[in-house]
Amino acid sequence: MNWLANLVRPKIQKWVRPKDVPDHLWNKCPACANMIFHRDLEKNLFVCQHCGHHLKLAIKDRFAMLFDDGLFQKIELPKAPADPLRFRDLKRYGDRLKEAQNRTGEADAIQVAHGKMGGIGVVIAAFDFHFLGGSMGVAVGEGLVAAAELAVLQDAPLIVVPASGGARMQEGILSLMQMARSTVAVGRVKEKGLPYIVLLTDPTTGGVTASFAMLGDIALAEPGAVIGFAGARVIENTIREKLPEGFQRSEYLEEHGMVDMVVHRHELRATLIRLLGLLRNPKPAGDLLRLPGADVKAAR
Amino acid sequence: MNFLDFEKPIAELEGKIEELRHLANGGDLNIAEEVAKLQGKVDKLMRATYGKLTPWQKTQVARHPDRPHGLDYIDGLIDEFMPLAGDRAFADDKAIIGGLGRFRGRSVVAIAQEKGRDTDSRIRHNFGMAKPEGYRKAQRLMSLADRFGLPLLTFIDTAGAYPGIDAEARGQAEAIARAIEAGLDLRVPFVATVIGEGGSGGAIALATGNAVLMLEHAIYSVISPEGCASILWRSGDQAKEAAEALKLTAQDLHRLGVIDAIVPEPLGGAHRGPAQTIGAVGDAIARALDGLEGVEGGLLRAKRREKFLEMGRAAGA
Ligand SMILES: [Zn+2]
Repeated sequence: MNWLANLVRPKIQKWVRPKDVPDHLWNKCPACANMIFHRDLEKNLFVCQHCGHHLKLAIKDRFAMLFDDGLFQKIELPKAPADPLRFRDLKRYGDRLKEAQNRTGEADAIQVAHGKMGGIGVVIAAFDFHFLGGSMGVAVGEGLVAAAELAVLQDAPLIVVPASGGARMQEGILSLMQMARSTVAVGRVKEKGLPYIVLLTDPTTGGVTASFAMLGDIALAEPGAVIGFAGARVIENTIREKLPEGFQRSEYLEEHGMVDMVVHRHELRATLIRLLGLLRNPKPAGDLLRLPGADVKAAR
Repeated sequence: MNFLDFEKPIAELEGKIEELRHLANGGDLNIAEEVAKLQGKVDKLMRATYGKLTPWQKTQVARHPDRPHGLDYIDGLIDEFMPLAGDRAFADDKAIIGGLGRFRGRSVVAIAQEKGRDTDSRIRHNFGMAKPEGYRKAQRLMSLADRFGLPLLTFIDTAGAYPGIDAEARGQAEAIARAIEAGLDLRVPFVATVIGEGGSGGAIALATGNAVLMLEHAIYSVISPEGCASILWRSGDQAKEAAEALKLTAQDLHRLGVIDAIVPEPLGGAHRGPAQTIGAVGDAIARALDGLEGVEGGLLRAKRREKFLEMGRAAGA
């Protein structure tokens, strides 16, 4: 627990739109190819106003969107060994890692923050798909362990928001072991009777889906997200068949009983707050409590 | 005997021996002497080859068609075996065979992945690639072990969980995740042995043991060398390089602290001495169980969880 002593950054962060994104910037919707003003896209929580496609969200936008008033405190994650296998394919993994770190300004594909949602204290761990495909290596495992420990320490629900292609191949067997490790981590939260909620976003596949991401007390999914175990190409190569329409999308998973609900990004915060309220405040609110005497009178 | 590419020189010598023996047919001393000489050469060559198998060669040995499979271990090690079928939800998946039995006198639950040996049995066992119903059957058997305080023994040998439409529709990811959770949750001794190929999530689903053992030439990896090569090298031809990079041998995994013990194989690999290999695995399991039996259930569970919670934390340090 020694890392907890210095993990909380002193300043509460509020995300402010960086000034380097000019207002006239255009984005192209990857689903319908329509051009959208960046400013409009941002106002719409990065949902395409033409086709409703949910674009991938940066972690800071995700935190800002979920926490009350966009206020949250990020925690400093314990350092993980970089490149434990000294892996090299066409490029050194160490170089790929540094490149991703320089590009994102973050240490790895996960960030953890705490704050309030509907006044209820929560810990949120979110993935950045743009950091090596959001893949899970030792550092991501470390982030999940830290998030779970913080949730237990603060007696707070844990919400995890994966966006990941699966295990990080370049960490070999150690990345596979993070499946077991993350399972133990979220298990601690569950054991304490604290809600563990997973919000599946595009994409959540492979070893991430086959571990902590499918173990939530409640599983929500954003519309149209690819969620599954095996990659579509691997399946096609194995069975030599075309995959059905909408295969491995959120709606398909809902239909097959694998997630509780598919929630539009605009409804997400309200949905989570209601769920948290129901799980965390099970007793009737104070002003609804009747005095026992009043009950007796009413019965007469 | 099926020979692997790199065993060609050994195969040639053994072929020659076979020929000579055929020729001799009687008691020709000169030929007998020649055979003995050649046999010595074979042994030397085998020792040299198997003493320094590359990761890719080990991958081939781990997948050798004559290598003892899951059911061979159940046959060889589990007496009074009572196979128990089905996940009580959808089907019985024969890629995973499990049931009650007796290991060296004590009642256990044994679960094995079986690849099959000929066309018929390979199809019956789906080449050892389990579907959700297989992992759900495993979960059911794990809770049976837990309820009756029986040790759990698993034998891992799979290329991976089955990648198919039906498997995805029924929740392959969830089935694996719950199997991992169930294994970590047990309050009984849990010994997992990787006997051939430990393929990714489909393997770790059954491998969250208090003790994880691995045969000398078995492999255990997050992805197959071929799969890794096709993604990172953009060509399946680099499987050899990928096998090196992935650190998937028992020796690498032991160094990384991922497995607890390596079980030696006979010279030339498990397929050259199946009975000897199965016996050695039995001995190693018995040793592991000796250290776990009598430990209080809650402590067994806590220690197992602690072990997996630390995985990777110290690596590279
Ligand atoms: Zn669109």
